[in-house]
Amino acid sequence: MTTASPAAAPLSSTRRLADRLGDRVLVGLTILASLVATAVLVLIVIKLVSGASLAISRFGLSFLWHSTWNPATSVGVRNAGVFGAGTLIFGTAVTSTIGLVVAGPLGIAIGVYLSLLAPGRAGALIGPLVELLAAVPSVIIGFWGLIFLGPFLKNTIEPAFHDVLGFIPLFGPPNPTGDGIFTAGIVLALMALPIIAAITRDIFLSVPRELKDGALALGSTRWEMIRGVVLDSQRAGIAAATILGLSRALGEAIAVTQTIGTGSLIGNSLFGNGDTLGSRLAEQFPGTTNVQVSALFFCAVILLVIELAVNLAAQLIVRRSAHRQGLVAR
Amino acid sequence: MSAFDAGPTLDPTRPLIAAGNLRRRRRMDLLMRGVATAAAGVAVAILLIVIVTVAGKGASQLSISFLVKDPSVGIGAVGGGIASAIVGTGLIVALATVMALPVGVLIAIYLTEFSTPRTARPIRLVLDLLNGMPSIVIGVFVYGLLIEGHQQAGWAGSFALSIIMVPLVARATGEMLQLVPRELREASHALGISRWRTIVGIVLPSSLGGILTGTVLAIARAAGETAPLLFTSSIFSNSTTVNIFGTALPNIPYLIFQDSESAFPADHARAWGAALVLIVFILIGNLGARAMLARQRRKIVSL
Repeated sequence: MTTASPAAAPLSSTRRLADRLGDRVLVGLTILASLVATAVLVLIVIKLVSGASLAISRFGLSFLWHSTWNPATSVGVRNAGVFGAGTLIFGTAVTSTIGLVVAGPLGIAIGVYLSLLAPGRAGALIGPLVELLAAVPSVIIGFWGLIFLGPFLKNTIEPAFHDVLGFIPLFGPPNPTGDGIFTAGIVLALMALPIIAAITRDIFLSVPRELKDGALALGSTRWEMIRGVVLDSQRAGIAAATILGLSRALGEAIAVTQTIGTGSLIGNSLFGNGDTLGSRLAEQFPGTTNVQVSALFFCAVILLVIELAVNLAAQLIVRRSAHRQGLVAR
Repeated sequence: MSAFDAGPTLDPTRPLIAAGNLRRRRRMDLLMRGVATAAAGVAVAILLIVIVTVAGKGASQLSISFLVKDPSVGIGAVGGGIASAIVGTGLIVALATVMALPVGVLIAIYLTEFSTPRTARPIRLVLDLLNGMPSIVIGVFVYGLLIEGHQQAGWAGSFALSIIMVPLVARATGEMLQLVPRELREASHALGISRWRTIVGIVLPSSLGGILTGTVLAIARAAGETAPLLFTSSIFSNSTTVNIFGTALPNIPYLIFQDSESAFPADHARAWGAALVLIVFILIGNLGARAMLARQRRKIVSL
């Protein structure tokens, strides 16, 4: 017998070398890829801050609240080359707030429906449909908002608010174009909605069945079970989901640019035109003068800081509540 | 004895019907369930309204020549198609996928196969933060990194899109790798097969379908992103070009953005047509990937 049984044959030395080498190479490659992703994140921070350095040194922190934005270069013009993001931060805050006020309750309600109320087949159909809403590109939602939603709001909702609450300056006359802060806020709501709905659905599904059944067995109605057991125990998760929806709204640039109208005064009315950090970037970047480029980079830095803070906050909330639940439940 | 009698007395002959407080609770229950159901209905209705609007407005534009002709030259010019933008978006997204896929898959392999909890945490955090990064910020970053002082170029747009795709691919791949049963790896190790051969030969192939669907979803997401291309691939001629490393390429999202801001009806019409092409591509990608994913999950779990 010249051929040994395969099991007894020792591995050839080249094979063993290849194995050892292959292991090293694969580990190395995977670590490299992870480091590349980390490096990109670090590089984003460095690049944006260095791009903004001119504006940071010239305007400092007052950039955050000053509302002059004057790209004019000629010497005679007052405030020429002076920039401040006050109106933009204000616009970002207001549009995102509108988005969240609409999308928050609606999204949570959808999460409740999908996880606890929908009969099997309806849930299996509606769940993916809601997620599809998140897949529609923002440029298409914005275009639709510009052509259909804006005029619709102008003719229905905005006059209604103006008629009933018109004595509050917040609800001024409807915008003749249909664009404006309110329209942009509603568009942002449509984008945050599927995110909030999907996340809350998942966390509601994770509530132990015994707790829900226990509440029902004690004689509570479905709504009492939802309010007392599900919503109450998942407060942290709901907060995190809302924050992630907010994060989507804060950073959106394209759809806001399309629907918010032009002009950037801090007006009194929600129906007036406005501008956000993102929409100003989409409109003017990269700008013409050095200072303007740098001021726009500064806007991007502000957006970056807001996003990092918001996402870290969501993570922290989830981790802390997981920690606490771990202590209580098991 | 008397202490036990003090509780509420129960009349065994009382009929079991909802009365008083219970009736109010039931009404509240019905109301809130109705509200939740209506909310779901609103979301579905909005999706359908958007799709129907795009389909209705875009369908009249759609024709063979719309797909194979370049846009007519001149602001507000009537006629022509979006061929150059279709080619451009295809190339930009393809290159972005080539960049993002290996990085995303390798990160997922690191997280599931090699990492310790201590090293996994920061990398998961990096992925989450990249995922939450506004696309306009990524656009500004890539402009500062690659475009500032140079000409716009399609590949810079691809790089920007790949930053968006990496966390999506990594997450989808990671979820699939975790579904691969431990026993499969252990059996392979017990046979004396090295780690890398186990991963490349057994773990990856059995989760290939999941990786593919995750990639398709990431592609569908990247194809519709406008903001990263705004500063990297937005100054282009109307004619079809494949020179992705030399010039900015026309692309569908920017074309829609530009034409939607225009005052000319012909531009709006082209934007609706382009929006329909884009949305059909994205919906097919999403629905196909979803169907595949469900099948793949079942297959792996039954392994």
